[in-house]
Amino acid sequence: MKTRALIPLGIFVVLLVLLAWGMRRDPRMIPSPLIDKPAPAFTLAKLHDPEKIMNVTDMRGQVWLLNVWASWCVSCRDEHATLLELSRRKLLPIVGLDYKDKREDALDWLDSFGNPYDYSVMDKDGRVGIDFGVYGVPETFLIDRQGRIRFKIIGPLTPERVTHDLIPHIKELQGA
Amino acid sequence: MRRILLSLLLILSGHTFAATVSEATLDQRVTEVTEQLRCLVCQNESIAESQADLARDLRGEVRNMLASGKSEDEVRQFMVARYGNFVLYDPPFRVATVFLWLGPAILALLALAMFVRTLVRRGREKQAPIQTDLMEQARKSLTQSEDRP
Repeated sequence: MKTRALIPLGIFVVLLVLLAWGMRRDPRMIPSPLIDKPAPAFTLAKLHDPEKIMNVTDMRGQVWLLNVWASWCVSCRDEHATLLELSRRKLLPIVGLDYKDKREDALDWLDSFGNPYDYSVMDKDGRVGIDFGVYGVPETFLIDRQGRIRFKIIGPLTPERVTHDLIPHIKELQGA
Repeated sequence: MRRILLSLLLILSGHTFAATVSEATLDQRVTEVTEQLRCLVCQNESIAESQADLARDLRGEVRNMLASGKSEDEVRQFMVARYGNFVLYDPPFRVATVFLWLGPAILALLALAMFVRTLVRRGREKQAPIQTDLMEQARKSLTQSEDRP
């Protein structure tokens, strides 16, 4: 058999490999352009004490997690047990960004299901969410001591994602 | 010469007229810009068409930006800075996206080249001269068989 006849077969195999790789990826997972960039500035009212505000720079010097959630978000309930577990381990502070929500609904939700957050702020009109490139709740951002976003998880946290993806990054950033 | 000048002027005047009309309303500009942006929630729709909450918020954001004097380019940059190149229907032409842009053309050219080569080779085979000595032998054997009783 002439080797030239194998060229179409070769091209087909290459295409097959590319397809196998491509089909495994989730099109909903859009890479964030904010990785390694400073976390967008925000000054927001606290959920439990709306008279008080919190500034993103308040967290400087610490490695911390920003979890974007809402009482109307069903997937957020899926990750809640994992989030509570993570907060119990006291690895790092967790800030909850209540996205496009009603204060009463958010407070009720946390009372019913438990509050994993060290701090909670309200993003009533979603503009802070837009600055963070949030397109699907829940989303979780890992931010370093200098205030840069270093890692982002889109969708609910699961024990696997926490153990395999999040914890290693946290340890690395805290060691720095 | 005069005809060429006249036609050029007519074409250009039409273009200027269209430009002033399209700058008319804020609504139209918002639609124009948001039609070129992909909705990340409903990824098969543009931000102009999508009913998703985020799309509605972003339409409002675009409207505010344009109303406050920002250019369409600045609006696009705003979106890309937050959501990445995927938000644009036309990704920028860069080293990372060069295969995305040129890939189909390159593959098409390759296919065409292979096709042409096959055609040329087949054409050459058809024109191969009939071997004359074989023809002679064939004729000889035919005439010899006719002579035999």
